[in-house]
Amino acid sequence: MIELLSATRCVACDACVKVCPTNVFDAVDDAPPRIARQADCQTCFMCELYCPTDALFVSPEADGPSAVQETELSARGALGSYRAAVGWGQGQKPGARSDASYRVLSLVAAPELPPRKQPQQEQA
Amino acid sequence: MHDGQAPFASGPGLSDDSLQLRADVLVLGGGPAGTWAAWSAAQSGARVVLADKGYCGTSGATAPSGTGVWYVPPDAQAREEARASREAMGGYLADRRWMDRVLDQTHENVDRLAAWGYPFPTDDAGESYRRSLQGPEYMRLMRKRVKAAGVTILDHSPALELLTHDGEVVGAAGIQRQTGVRWSARAGAVVIATGGCAFLSRALGCNVLTGDGGLFAAEVGAQLSGMEFSNAYGLGPAFASVTKSAFYRFATFYYADGRPIEGAGSARGRSIIAKTLLEQPVYACLDQVPEGVRDSLRAAQPNFFLPFDRRGIDPLTQHFPVTLRLEGTVRGTGGIRIASEACGTSVPGLFAAGDAATRELICGGFTGGGSHNAAWAMSSGYWSGQGAAAHAQQLGEHAHARTAVPAGRASLRPDRDAHTLDPEALTRAVQDEVFPYERNLFRTDKQLTESLARLDSLWQEAQARPAQNARDVLRGRESAAMTAIARFMYTSARARTETRGMHKHLDHPAQDPTQQHRLICQGLERIQVEVEPVQHSALQPVAAAL
Repeated sequence: MIELLSATRCVACDACVKVCPTNVFDAVDDAPPRIARQADCQTCFMCELYCPTDALFVSPEADGPSAVQETELSARGALGSYRAAVGWGQGQKPGARSDASYRVLSLVAAPELPPRKQPQQEQA
Repeated sequence: MHDGQAPFASGPGLSDDSLQLRADVLVLGGGPAGTWAAWSAAQSGARVVLADKGYCGTSGATAPSGTGVWYVPPDAQAREEARASREAMGGYLADRRWMDRVLDQTHENVDRLAAWGYPFPTDDAGESYRRSLQGPEYMRLMRKRVKAAGVTILDHSPALELLTHDGEVVGAAGIQRQTGVRWSARAGAVVIATGGCAFLSRALGCNVLTGDGGLFAAEVGAQLSGMEFSNAYGLGPAFASVTKSAFYRFATFYYADGRPIEGAGSARGRSIIAKTLLEQPVYACLDQVPEGVRDSLRAAQPNFFLPFDRRGIDPLTQHFPVTLRLEGTVRGTGGIRIASEACGTSVPGLFAAGDAATRELICGGFTGGGSHNAAWAMSSGYWSGQGAAAHAQQLGEHAHARTAVPAGRASLRPDRDAHTLDPEALTRAVQDEVFPYERNLFRTDKQLTESLARLDSLWQEAQARPAQNARDVLRGRESAAMTAIARFMYTSARARTETRGMHKHLDHPAQDPTQQHRLICQGLERIQVEVEPVQHSALQPVAAAL
């Protein structure tokens, strides 16, 4: 779910208000938008892709809110990481150009292997 | 306002303003099917309005995801293999003539995407590879092309109902949810491209897909087909929305103590995962990824890795909990019945495309999503836009001389003043009937009958009005639509007394050769189910092994 709209990064362009497919944000006059309906967030990450200043962070936790820290997210480069992965940042090459599905889809389509018999001794 | 009673009363958050539009073709929904419909209608010379519940470009299951495409070169052998590949899994309910049409149209449309500048990759042989589309890129491009074609786009403008005249569809009305302004559009023809129904399960991109179009269609007397094929569940990390399942082909599934689960798999072994999940958590690890393609996975589906990266999990070496989220008719195949080659429905002036329509014509009772659904969306979208434009053109100026009667009932116009509808409570009650694997994935006559009794009474509750503000009016309508779709699903499921495609009936675990037909349902107060023979299907083997 959407967890952060950074007031320091936001330029109040209201792109997120416009593009969010589930209408999570409300525009505010002369100020950053506000996360008005967090529970309606469907964790699709689209707002991050359209945010020109990487001011948004969507946590992967889809079923409820979770705590995040802007300084920590910023320090580990999480803000804007998805936009970079998709190649939508300024001067970047669109990720679709390097879509390597052609190396993967034929393997995915191959018949399923029988499940492994040997236990993997590894815990999550 | 159009004739008849207003769709909802005045209230806080509802504007007294209204937006009145006229078009030749009105398209409801702005995902792949809706945008192709709008583009092809405009290309045919029609004035087009497209109304999306969210934002055309980010709305729907495709935009945040990415999809394989059933793109097959026009080579006789390749096409034959493509047709044959899923016939058995689909239970021999597909139509080879429609497969050919979709393969042709998809090839043409994907090549058009290349000409429009979609950045297809170049494969190791130096060829442009066109079997995969990245959702954000694809849908951003479609929005751009639709706008360039002169289509008027209404974002955040969910339709709430169709308008009719004498048994014909003449427009639709809805609400602009960010302002509370009501909109009403009169049109020569309407295309429903509102997607399938995933019951607000939070599967990736699916929470705008609440079956609204199915309800609208049923309210004007249109038929639905294949609604028993509506129990697709997407596999993904338990905590996340990302239900992209392809890479789980490389997964081993484990119990909490690290022992592998015998027989569990992402495709045929999915039932084992569901059965295990009924009793205990299931973990996965993508520990069967072949050497040399690890980096390719990331480059193929960047969003697959997003939840893992953000949680600090390496899915290729660490065990993580998984779940199955209901994707209903989004990855199911049932939907509005297609009655003509132009994707017309059984009601004049009404067309259907994409996941809102049945996909049985090309994949019978099974689809893994992506591939075929993506091909169907762009093909059916293209044809419905053309067909709707031709219908409107035939009507000419007469189109707008017709009076318009609003067709919406449930949650909009109660027969009598009753209680106030609580959309959230109704939604939860419907989810309780359709989410559980032991009801929807593993079906029995007893469970279906009991669920239907409860759903029938929920349908009575759904007749009442919610609080009269923009959000609740929309939520009320969505919850009514989900109730209707659940009733279609289980009524059809009870009528199919066999196991075929994705429909698993525990009382009837075998495929019954006498039921190689489609099930058509119709009506809302009382749902009628009829049998329709399948045309141009492959012959079902006498002793079907599936």
